[in-house]
Amino acid sequence: MYRYDEFDARIVKDRVEQFRGQVTRRLSGELLEDEFKPLRLQNGVYLQLHAYMLRVAIPYGQLNGAKLRRLAEVSTKYDRGYGHFTTRQNIQYNWVALKDIPDALNDLAEVEMHAIQTSGNCIRNVTSDHFAGAAADEVMDPRPWCEIIRQWSTFHPEFAFLPRKFKFAVTAAAHDRAAIAVHDIGLRIVKRGEDVGFEVYAGGGQGRTPLLAALVNDFVPEAELLDYVEAIMRVYNRYGRRDNKYKARIKILVQELGPEEFTRQVEAEYAAQRRHEKIDLPQAEIDRIHAYFAPPAYDAEDGTEAFEAAKAAEPDFAQWAEVNLHPHKQAGHASVTVSLKPIGGAAGDATDRQMALVADLAERYAYDDIRVSHAQNLVLPHVPVKHLYAIWQALDAAGLATPNESLITDLIVCPGLDYCNLANARSIPIGQAVQEVFADPKYQREIGRLHINISGCINACGHHHVGHIGILGVDRKGEEFYQISLGGRADEKAAIGAIAGPALKGEDVPGAVKRIVDTYMALRTSPDELFIDTLERAGAEPFKEALYAAA
Amino acid sequence: MPLLKDGAEIENIWLFLDQDSEAELKPDQAVTLPLARFLEQAESLAGRNAPVGVRLVPEDDPTLLEPFLEWIQLVEVSFPKYTDGRGYSQAQLLRRRHGYQGELRAVGHVLRDQIFYMNRSGFDAYETARADLPSVLEALNEFRDTYQPAADGRVSVFHARHGS
Repeated sequence: MYRYDEFDARIVKDRVEQFRGQVTRRLSGELLEDEFKPLRLQNGVYLQLHAYMLRVAIPYGQLNGAKLRRLAEVSTKYDRGYGHFTTRQNIQYNWVALKDIPDALNDLAEVEMHAIQTSGNCIRNVTSDHFAGAAADEVMDPRPWCEIIRQWSTFHPEFAFLPRKFKFAVTAAAHDRAAIAVHDIGLRIVKRGEDVGFEVYAGGGQGRTPLLAALVNDFVPEAELLDYVEAIMRVYNRYGRRDNKYKARIKILVQELGPEEFTRQVEAEYAAQRRHEKIDLPQAEIDRIHAYFAPPAYDAEDGTEAFEAAKAAEPDFAQWAEVNLHPHKQAGHASVTVSLKPIGGAAGDATDRQMALVADLAERYAYDDIRVSHAQNLVLPHVPVKHLYAIWQALDAAGLATPNESLITDLIVCPGLDYCNLANARSIPIGQAVQEVFADPKYQREIGRLHINISGCINACGHHHVGHIGILGVDRKGEEFYQISLGGRADEKAAIGAIAGPALKGEDVPGAVKRIVDTYMALRTSPDELFIDTLERAGAEPFKEALYAAA
Repeated sequence: MPLLKDGAEIENIWLFLDQDSEAELKPDQAVTLPLARFLEQAESLAGRNAPVGVRLVPEDDPTLLEPFLEWIQLVEVSFPKYTDGRGYSQAQLLRRRHGYQGELRAVGHVLRDQIFYMNRSGFDAYETARADLPSVLEALNEFRDTYQPAADGRVSVFHARHGS
């Protein structure tokens, strides 16, 4: 994991003091709310329905025990004893007082954390594969480049007032777990022989105009990456639309120019950038940052026998191990998903005690490494299999061992109308009601991998466009309705789901999802054919018929 | 409106003439013009004895000024709304790509908390009603370190770590 040096530490400390000054000026009335708004937003402070909300950055989802424990302490000290993990791999506190935020930021700075650029029309927290550094299918660890992008984008003077927010995602694996196709810039690390480079995609996004990113360059050498993305940012900053908030994302610029013309402009800007403003990142700096991400000193002891024995003795453990483990590149190890999706819970929420427990487990058993996934779960990326049973027992006792990773109850759900002042409809209760239908773990496993994503409004924080089944809350004359879409996916075969038909009342959503699933179970050629594959093979028609059949 | 430059409040000697203004100019009056009018009249303006400048709006392409950057003495970059960040790119391009050495002044909706970024982007003068001199000086020094190379020439942290 990256550790701050004196420079990083000073920058974050200076930010805390700067924000303290801004809050003081706001509270004294020297700053008008309208002028304070972009300042607080660039520090992750929103005004929500009931209170201020603080969004803390978790760059590329990377935590360790000390950081997660501090996140727990902040929730105890300044909030109501819980936090909400988001699809941007961040954490949100929903009930903080403005006057306390500078102190909270100071507490976070002590463990090398901040809330810089977690909101506002600037470059946001860079996200990545939550199994980075552990996954068997990656060409290299993407985190060093995420960290370089984090530093480069922090307080970038030219790009702090963009037309709209801007999100980067980076993957280095064949199977895309970072949803790069629906980001403003998506990067895939590739190798040509020994040379490392980037496939650069731009113009993806969700919201009211969901679009998949276009490939603008299939190999940018690593040493030139920052020049290339700076060129994209400059084209966007100068020519992105500013006349209409809903058309201001880079995806609209790419769409209106067409990917070819957009690419031509980027390449011209890149060529000029290389002549005049070349960043020239020193190789020693690239190497320095990579060195922080060396793999842990893996435990060589083979714990397979004990692991197998525990599974045989304890069916609940076996079931969890079947679902919530991911293959690790190192023999005798696995990556563990700590589910924040208990049946009937609020997706992505964790209490202070739960956070502290996961921190303890990571320190004790898992090389002190923790990640947040964009699916709103926690991950212990490196776990010797000999410790899995002890970890499971502790998680299970704390309500953190729901065996549902990537299954139908592992829903992505935005906070919705229960918290958010943008929302048109509630998300959390709909998610809970859907979970209830599929609560039986055995039934979930029979259904297999199936992603349901729920957003409470068109801004799509719940990623409904890329859910295999997407659920979007809409407002119809003051009443909450839900639009179902089918066939979205966020992986390397990314697709935007198609709306299935008229919106439904909230109470009808669980039954409708059940009919969709029943249709899949009847149509699939074998249990190995996933929902999304059956849908793509058979088409949406049979599903729509079932969806709108009289109950 | 107060004009701040080089750590002091200075007198604004410049007169802005909009596109259609027919005001009679005194021969020694320093004047700034909109880009279109400047480009139309560049030849005759070059012969003036008094200083000449240009005011850019966010849509303007600063590259068009390249042939004139040797002799114009002021470029004003206007921020109609502080949320419109195009002026930062205009400034970076003028300073870094086109080597402009004269005064680069931020005008319009210029707030204290934008000035750090403006300074890094190459501005050296700020016309602002919303920030006094002490607060601007404070804003300029809020960060001791900066990650990126920019128009202010500060050594980036990426490079400072390796002694370059």
